[in-house]
Amino acid sequence: MENLENLLRQGKQAVANTDSVKALDDVRVQYLGKKGELTQLLKGLGQLSAEERPAAGARINEAKEALQQELNTRREQLEADALSSKLASEKVDVTLPGRGQQLGGLHPVTRTLERIEEFFSSIGFSIAEGPEVEDDYHNFEALNIPAHHPARAMHDTFYFDAHTLLRTHTSPVQVRTMETKQPPIRIICPGRVYRCDYDQTHSPMFHQVEGLLVDKNISFADLKGTLEEFLREFFEEDVKVRFRPSYFPFTEPSIEVDIDRGDGRWLEVLGCGMVHPKVFEYSGIDPEEYTGFAFGMGVERLAMLRYGVNDLRLFFENDLRFLGQFR
Amino acid sequence: MKFSEQWLRELVQPEIGTQALADQLSLAGLEVDDVEAVAGKFSGVVVAEILTAEPHPNADKLQVCTVSDGEAEYQVVCGAPNARAGLKTAYARVGAELPGDFRIKRAKLRQVESFGMLCAEDELGLSDDHGGIMELPDTAPVGKDLREYLDLNDHLIDVDLTPNRGDCLSITGMAREVGVLNRVPVKDVEVPAVAPVIDDRFSIELQAPQDCPRYIGRVIRNIRQGVSTPLWMQEKLRRSGVRSIDPVVDVTNYVLLELGQPMHAFDLGKLEGGIRVRQAVEGEALRLLDGQEVKLTAETLVIADGNGAVAMAGIMGGEPTSVTDTTVDIFLESAFFEPLSIVGRARHYGLHTDSSHRFERGVDWQQQRRAIERATALLLDIVGGEPGPVIEAVSEADLPAVPQVRLRHDRVTSLLAIELPAAEIEGILTRLGMQLDVTGEREWTVKVPSYRFDITLEVDLIEEIARVYGYDNLPVRTPIAQLPLPPIEEARVNIKTLRRHLISRGYQEAITYSFIEPGLSELFDPVHKPLALANPISAEMAVMRTTLWPGLVKAVAYNQNRQQSRVRMFESGQRFLQLADGLLQEDVIAGVVTGQRDPEGWTGSKDKIDFFDAKGDVESLLKLGGNAGAFTFVAGQHPALHPGQTARIERDGQVVGYLGALHPQLLSKLELNGPVYLFEVSLAAVTGGKLPRFAPLSRFPESRRDLSLLVDQKISFDAIREVVLESAGEYLTQVTLFDLYQGQGIEQGRKSLALGLTWQHPSRTLNDEEINSAVSEVVSALTTHCGASLRE
Repeated sequence: MENLENLLRQGKQAVANTDSVKALDDVRVQYLGKKGELTQLLKGLGQLSAEERPAAGARINEAKEALQQELNTRREQLEADALSSKLASEKVDVTLPGRGQQLGGLHPVTRTLERIEEFFSSIGFSIAEGPEVEDDYHNFEALNIPAHHPARAMHDTFYFDAHTLLRTHTSPVQVRTMETKQPPIRIICPGRVYRCDYDQTHSPMFHQVEGLLVDKNISFADLKGTLEEFLREFFEEDVKVRFRPSYFPFTEPSIEVDIDRGDGRWLEVLGCGMVHPKVFEYSGIDPEEYTGFAFGMGVERLAMLRYGVNDLRLFFENDLRFLGQFR
Repeated sequence: MKFSEQWLRELVQPEIGTQALADQLSLAGLEVDDVEAVAGKFSGVVVAEILTAEPHPNADKLQVCTVSDGEAEYQVVCGAPNARAGLKTAYARVGAELPGDFRIKRAKLRQVESFGMLCAEDELGLSDDHGGIMELPDTAPVGKDLREYLDLNDHLIDVDLTPNRGDCLSITGMAREVGVLNRVPVKDVEVPAVAPVIDDRFSIELQAPQDCPRYIGRVIRNIRQGVSTPLWMQEKLRRSGVRSIDPVVDVTNYVLLELGQPMHAFDLGKLEGGIRVRQAVEGEALRLLDGQEVKLTAETLVIADGNGAVAMAGIMGGEPTSVTDTTVDIFLESAFFEPLSIVGRARHYGLHTDSSHRFERGVDWQQQRRAIERATALLLDIVGGEPGPVIEAVSEADLPAVPQVRLRHDRVTSLLAIELPAAEIEGILTRLGMQLDVTGEREWTVKVPSYRFDITLEVDLIEEIARVYGYDNLPVRTPIAQLPLPPIEEARVNIKTLRRHLISRGYQEAITYSFIEPGLSELFDPVHKPLALANPISAEMAVMRTTLWPGLVKAVAYNQNRQQSRVRMFESGQRFLQLADGLLQEDVIAGVVTGQRDPEGWTGSKDKIDFFDAKGDVESLLKLGGNAGAFTFVAGQHPALHPGQTARIERDGQVVGYLGALHPQLLSKLELNGPVYLFEVSLAAVTGGKLPRFAPLSRFPESRRDLSLLVDQKISFDAIREVVLESAGEYLTQVTLFDLYQGQGIEQGRKSLALGLTWQHPSRTLNDEEINSAVSEVVSALTTHCGASLRE
């Protein structure tokens, strides 16, 4: 039985000496396998007397368990070592760029348009669209701008023939809406508009959002409140807003709105006014019963102010280096 | 309108400074564009006389002058060619300060000493004129400070008047407005009637009284020649942007600026018979004051004499009857022309004059007599002469009516959301020259003055009240959100979703012009004749696009020229097609891709994109609506696309778009690096989706069989798929193409396809026999219809 002590010591030493799960397995077979050295000792029990047998069996089993314990511990350790070296070998450079498509981006004009639309949608305006090639009636006549009205000179118009033109504003969409729908009306009309003018501050094509609210008891105060709120929301700043009398044939009173973003300079950002009774009459709405306000803003202008773009022409060059700045 | 602040202050004296005045005008709707000092900042400049002017001993272009400022004489070297003995000019003494912080010191110019400088207008910030030193009148008092002498402590205020405010196109009109805003009195220009000294008349006949209801004339004989316009008048004209010409013309221009009444002076000696105000005879010729020879149209109102048209009424006089430096007798005209008879006419002839500008907007129809008296008095002062009586031809019935407008206090209150006291309303309107009569409870009838052509409705009066009260002083009401539930069509794909989808696939949104070059249109779409602009801004922007591709392809070229080889762009917008039944303005979404498939990087392939990359993008777009099955790609032809790489996109059999490689010929014509892939699809086709519909899930296992086939290269995948779907029985759930090969190992002209077929029964397990029989059905159908053979 001294043999047992030795055997256990040798086994423990062998376990400690292993450096792989495979080697550990060999040790297990060597000592605890069917023909293992400790197992063999159990088989030798038959040679002992019946009195000695239980105690000796218990001791051998104790030794087997002790060795098994060692084996388990060593196995866990070897497995942990193997895992950590596997993990170490799998390490990647996380600073390398990821795989796949780069992200594109919205055009800054669309980005601005969507922002404006979002504000007005949230207060109950819906979006109305219409044709860009318009007739004289919807672009001018129905907006109280008869032929030869001096205000026509304010709109350098692109014509196709005497009666067909490229809309100079999105107001015709308002007319088309009023022709088909009775109040209450709350719409905004975003879209491309065209004027025959081209220099650093004018583009022959640009974008507008116009809005129209017609209902009972709509006053100048509603117009001021709505647009002041809009401008503060749009710029996310407490901009100073100034309402200045102006003239548009389709509104009366007419107003231009200036903002001051803290540098003491007034910048014109939109035009608006109370809908002219004649415009209502053209579209079959009773001006005694309903009042309303309309407004219009240049999207490029707002985008320039918002993002600090300094040249209008950049918007239509489609230079990826420019467009990529608005992701 | 540009005017001198001092001139304005001669008539009205508000107690506010220049900038405050400008701000006040802007906030009253008379937008001030610019305020500038009449002269630059300078001091120490006086009127001086050149006593002698001798050539400089050492320089060809310089003169050595002796100059007197009344106290002493100075030697001054001067380079101006007009420096000459006897000339009165502007002299900057030593120590003077000129604009730009320029101090005058003693100097030596080519060894000759110079004490001070003789000044040109631009050196004093008076104008851009550097033609020579200033030429002051002989009467200029030597030694007098130039600022004082020329009244230079003045500002020019440039007001951008809106077309409704023709009444402010004069100093008196502007003064009236300033008086209203500041509640201060306005001085009237005193115009005493000038008594005639001769009885000469000239007949006036109103042949078109609706267009010209009032025409006033006056003969003035024996005016002096060779007289120059007094400096004060020249300066006022100059500060209003009007060039001094001769005393007669200057006086008519002066009255136009002062009272707003355009006038004209004829050389009476060149008029025959009498004046007739009539419509032109079609084709009638007239040589205008600017030298232009025009053929008049019958819609043009003219002033004619016995021989024919002598002036385009309210627009411009004729050259042959104009006043010259030899004119002795003149005939003055002061008329009222109906705005509608003038409007648009000037533009028709490419003209725009101070006169037409005012008549188009409306000139006070009660001031013609006053204007002619004013002009007569001024003329008599300057050029003398013998005035005849004022001759007036008038058609009272055709004069504008004084509008009487009903004003309801309640309406003011509801529109402005403020209850203004009646006295406030009455005060504002009265100061504006209106007459108010109370004609009911909280109701007035308002008579509008003859110079306000813009006020005909109640709301026009309310605007005036609001404007004078101050828009910024009116209340603000926070908007109340009305939240009617807007209909949201679930099956419709929002354009925002489409945009975001393409962006996440690496596309950048572009916006290109809707009008393009006709040549480009022809290249991309020879089928549709583009809608052409009558007045394009340039040849490059002359016709409306029939497809978005030309703009997108130009954007690719622009970027390729800037070292951007990988371009992925999309645009949404209208295209304009002239169809048999009219113009179709169709919203489409289009894209262009070129360059490497993957962004340049350490993992990606260097492969260029191909047809199927672009198709994948389009397919994914079409799938957004949940109705991908409605779309088919059919081999097609398009003039702009590669004939072997063009797909016509159909939705339920209708063509809704195209996809393909830009034709190599276009590629080289446009000097692009290819290949470039393009797509364009009708927006309505993409956004019109379908609601999902639930189908019960089968609890039974599915079975899959893979087939490897050899078919002729010409057989399309779609044809094979069709046959499979037809023959595989009703429980086939999926067909997948998982391999495609042609080349080595495969007979020339044939290709190998590997198909995965999946079957599943809704309520039981399909057995092997059923699957095997379905497979053999498929194989035999493919053999029969597609000439396919099973690959071993």
